[in-house]
Amino acid sequence: MNFAAFSVISLYAVPVIFLIILGVGFFREINVYDAFVEGAKDGISTIIRILPPLVGLMTAVGVLRASGALDFIIYIMKPLVSFLGIPPEAMLLALLRPVSGSASLALVAEMVKTYGPDSYVGRVVSTMMGSTETIFYTLAVYYGSVGIRNIRYTLLAALLADGVSVMASAWICAIIFGR
Amino acid sequence: MLNYIWAGMLAAGFLIGMINGRLEEVTQAAFSSAGRAVELSIGLLGILCLWSGLMKIAEKGGLIRLVARLAKPLLKLLFPQAAHDAGALGSIVMNLSANFLGLGNAATPLGIKAMNELQRLNRGDDSASDSMCMFLVLNTSAIQLIPATVIAIRADAGSAAPAEITVCVWIASICASLSGIILVKLLSGTIPLKKRLPGRTRKLVRK
Repeated sequence: MNFAAFSVISLYAVPVIFLIILGVGFFREINVYDAFVEGAKDGISTIIRILPPLVGLMTAVGVLRASGALDFIIYIMKPLVSFLGIPPEAMLLALLRPVSGSASLALVAEMVKTYGPDSYVGRVVSTMMGSTETIFYTLAVYYGSVGIRNIRYTLLAALLADGVSVMASAWICAIIFGR
Repeated sequence: MLNYIWAGMLAAGFLIGMINGRLEEVTQAAFSSAGRAVELSIGLLGILCLWSGLMKIAEKGGLIRLVARLAKPLLKLLFPQAAHDAGALGSIVMNLSANFLGLGNAATPLGIKAMNELQRLNRGDDSASDSMCMFLVLNTSAIQLIPATVIAIRADAGSAAPAEITVCVWIASICASLSGIILVKLLSGTIPLKKRLPGRTRKLVRK
């Protein structure tokens, strides 16, 4: 199988979606530029919302990295996860991801910077970040909104699916880009 | 939860730094990381504004509805209890479509509406229905068409091809969604654990 095709699809995905959205906008007779400017403002409020947690959490991750604790945790995890083919750095993210979105974002930002965005670890943590969700938060918001107390097997199924996503991220990046 | 994690990370960092004799590096890292968070936010600002602007066009152009129409027949099969209820199925499909497009702000109210509709079908019980479980497992594992934030982080870190992980994200999400669907069906008892399992599972995977 030729995996170069995947890189080509990735390359085309963003421009094609730009064109589709612009096309649909024109077809529906939207003032596309006005809509764009209006929407771009939301980007600013998003950043303002994530900046304070990002300062707190990136400081925590940076302190852990500088103290040597992060390398120690990764060292301990290595034998536990290496047989699954998951890099131990990514396992750290896997544990944090269901609990906190902003903490995971801080960790991904730190790892992408430390190991390089185009390294194996950099690609795996990027893929994981894109394909997983803050499960505990989502369940709390949605079940909380209708007063469900007994969530039955939801958490189990969601966490197992999350685990599949983690392993798939590690394997797919290894297959497509190599380790 | 985050209170413990955050405080724990900082405390562990400083204490272990003291033991390792790296207190100076740790203190320096605390300040430089805080500065780095601001740099990152500024680095993300441009791409997020660009993306939010584009998504506004998508929203106004009714792209959520368009995706919803395409996804509806498929999702109907996954929600047997809600399939004949236009309100419930509609909200579920709209929420998952908004998530698919990465429209977080639009997705949450739609999702809460979907939960309310499902709770109506559940007759106000305080125990989750199978449809709710399916909805939330799909919601937490579902595909995102363009992982914009991750692409922005990669671009900020100087990646040669920030968007190259897009297909990997799709494949990983599809694996997660499929296993989520199978798990929910298994756990809800819709698929008996005995003989019918292989055939039924294969059918689900193909869809």
